[in-house]
Amino acid sequence: MMAALSVNDANTGAVVVDHPRVVRGGTRRRKQLRHLLLPALHALQREAGWISPGGLNFVGRTLGVPPAEAYGVATFYEMFRTEAPAHELSVRHVCVDPICALAGAARLAENLRSQGHATHEGPCLGQCERAPAVFIQGRREPDRVPDDEHGPDSLLVSVTAGSPDAPSLLRHMLDAPAGSAEAASMEAYRARGGGDALEAALRLGPDEVISQISSSGLSGRGGAAFPTGIKWRAVADGDGPKHVVANIDESEPGTFKDRLLCERDPLAIIESITVAGLVVGAAQGWIYIRGEYPLATQRLRHAIAQARLEGWLGDDAAGSGRPFDIDLRRGAGAYICGEETALFNSLEGYRGEPRNKPPFPTTHGLFGRPTVVNNPETLLNVIEILRIGPEAYRSVGTEDSPGTKLFCLSGHVGRPGLYEAPFGTPLGELLSLAGGVQGTLSAVLLGGAAGSFVGSDALELPLSLEDTRSAGTTLGSGPVMVFNDSADMGSVIERLAKFFSDESCGQCVPCRVGTVRQHEIVTEIRRAGAPTGSQRLLLDDIAGAMGDASICGLGHTAASAVLSGMQLGLLGGDES
Amino acid sequence: MTSSNGSIGSQVTVSIDGQEVSVPEGQTILAACTAAGVETPTICWAPNLTPVNVCRVCVVEVEGSRTLVPACSRPAADGMQISTDSERVRHSRRMVLEFLGSANDLSQAAEIAEWSQHYGADAGRYAAALSDESETAVEIAHVDDPVRVQDDLYIRAYDRCVLCYKCVEACGDDAQHTFAIAVAGRGFDARIRTEYDVELPESACVYCGNCVAVCPTGALQFRTEFDLRAVGEWRPDDQEVTRTVCSYCGVGCNLELHTQDERIVKVTSPADHSVTSGHLCIKGRFGWQYVHAPAFEPPATESAAADSTET
Repeated sequence: MMAALSVNDANTGAVVVDHPRVVRGGTRRRKQLRHLLLPALHALQREAGWISPGGLNFVGRTLGVPPAEAYGVATFYEMFRTEAPAHELSVRHVCVDPICALAGAARLAENLRSQGHATHEGPCLGQCERAPAVFIQGRREPDRVPDDEHGPDSLLVSVTAGSPDAPSLLRHMLDAPAGSAEAASMEAYRARGGGDALEAALRLGPDEVISQISSSGLSGRGGAAFPTGIKWRAVADGDGPKHVVANIDESEPGTFKDRLLCERDPLAIIESITVAGLVVGAAQGWIYIRGEYPLATQRLRHAIAQARLEGWLGDDAAGSGRPFDIDLRRGAGAYICGEETALFNSLEGYRGEPRNKPPFPTTHGLFGRPTVVNNPETLLNVIEILRIGPEAYRSVGTEDSPGTKLFCLSGHVGRPGLYEAPFGTPLGELLSLAGGVQGTLSAVLLGGAAGSFVGSDALELPLSLEDTRSAGTTLGSGPVMVFNDSADMGSVIERLAKFFSDESCGQCVPCRVGTVRQHEIVTEIRRAGAPTGSQRLLLDDIAGAMGDASICGLGHTAASAVLSGMQLGLLGGDES
Repeated sequence: MTSSNGSIGSQVTVSIDGQEVSVPEGQTILAACTAAGVETPTICWAPNLTPVNVCRVCVVEVEGSRTLVPACSRPAADGMQISTDSERVRHSRRMVLEFLGSANDLSQAAEIAEWSQHYGADAGRYAAALSDESETAVEIAHVDDPVRVQDDLYIRAYDRCVLCYKCVEACGDDAQHTFAIAVAGRGFDARIRTEYDVELPESACVYCGNCVAVCPTGALQFRTEFDLRAVGEWRPDDQEVTRTVCSYCGVGCNLELHTQDERIVKVTSPADHSVTSGHLCIKGRFGWQYVHAPAFEPPATESAAADSTET
């Protein structure tokens, strides 16, 4: 814990600044040590198997957090228990979301249980390409994923890797086997051009870098597609201490790209965060990675250590004359913490409840300071822009969606895996690239649980931001979940509805109650076989209120998969 | 740190349902609505608390905004075109009220009931849409939590709790800085809790009762009111409110004594009172029993004198 205290070093500008409160969860009541609450709870959970009252009180006293609030935080996360377990075992988390369910997750969980393992069925674990997924939360041993040790290598494919003048995030990862030391070695990373982007950024200066990003047309890859140049510009123009956050809390069912990026090219992630920090003038960078990614976490930590040795991080970061360092924080199982403002609250040691926007992170972000928060795929794109220039970057993709997109293919396709293809690639072409649909296509879920279903008539759909938007669907963070006619689509949709009622933070009424009512109605529709008129009306009414009046994107999108599934007739009855 | 609400004298003008209204810069849309004479439903907002904007019943439509906007917390900005009675606004307000009505016991939330009627909220239609002739139909979830009567000062009935966060704010940053309670759990199962749900005397609670004073649904209730309701004798219309100054210390907190049948049944403080902002301590809030103590009868001085001379 001592190392993490360095973020409060007076030389680097205080991280925690007291200022007037804007809204709850906003900018007041910042305590110096509270951001260590999440790591402390992780430590308690690992050692004791639960968050005991004694442990919680000790942590609360040490960090200056009232016990009731610390308890509120501990009970927010899937990975923390606040009741003593009746065993001394590590816990096996089994994913029961649609792709893993199709691949036999229920049977797997049953088997694990009958073998005497402590087993917990929960939401997506981000390993959809090798479903069904298991993650072992260690009791007095490190967390681990069995497939990281003896599973097959995940498949990576890039359409653009062949031409050096085109952007390709996966180019270097294709050569290096997953388990090799290559990925984590600074020497190998430098030998293949690692560090060039950082040097280029320092040579060009912040204004030029931001203007190149703007003219490249880069937009955020986490799902919201906000223009990256505008975000960086706003934070660069802000005053006082600032932050850069890599949002690696990918928890959208069907998404596993960030895990693979961090496992296979961790130094590139660190380099890109450093570029962001030096360009916008932040002294502190943060990685918030989901707790279910032990291998990626380990590699990123190693990469941070290497970057410090290399001089990229420290009081004179990369020879810039300015300080910059990176801290890593693990999430603890909460889909909502991928929402940027919920992530800030979680990182600061509060419940991961989204904040109302405005104010936006560019002015009131982490610790109430101007903050750049980006998806790692977005950050790696910045490296590619600095490598080949904005014009070459725009040579692939469409006019309104330049560059490439990473697609996570899972379900009934020949070769599930991570695919990089230019924006605008038709859905059917992407599916062919992945070995085609197994059997007869029933539906494709684009964008994950927060996305929507499309049918076999959508194979021509170009996968660009503008085309999916005008078709009434979304790319989201890039999940493409494929279901053939053997899949029980009613069960898939019911599970998606359950996912949202489980993952709603509970803060605002439309989402807290709406997601529960939606799940109840879908369950009843499945039981009865087809929706009634009043049930359709209710689902529409609920969707309207959640979409219009919820605080954050989770609520806004919580009805779209259900509604699109119903429109395709996947819930029985006539297509509406 | 630049702050827009520190400047003196600058006004912003917004349009509310076509009517122009000016308010000081930094004021919320809700304040602008009030200034324009437009009534706005609120549940989680209170004049003496920082807006938490979680209930979403005050949402309005602001031109140029993709989603609806919470009036209670969004600062009014010059030129805003605001609709408070559009179809979208009425739909979301009605749904929020319906959602709460379907999940909670709102029988003691008079203001919410009035707004529910105003917006035509029909909380019963969820259960109705799920039930058919078969007995296997899915049942709708309610917030269930048995009433906690643990002491003489106040009770907690969390089946009435709509999770407006007011009690948490009053216990914490906005008034008392005791932090005895917080929201625990997640989603529909989120509840107001002390750590590990320990009983109040074991928690940090100092019984200031500020949480009770801000509760909009009767989930937190003074024991006096709870007991009177139990026997059907709680009659707010028959109550008198007398303003006075607390007699305990020299701070000068103003009290409002609510009396029914010449007995104190509740003590509050005006939210706009400069000393209290509506918040009190345990003495001012609960220490009024002496008023009803049997009248003090001084010892008969003659006999007392006689006693002393005899010894």
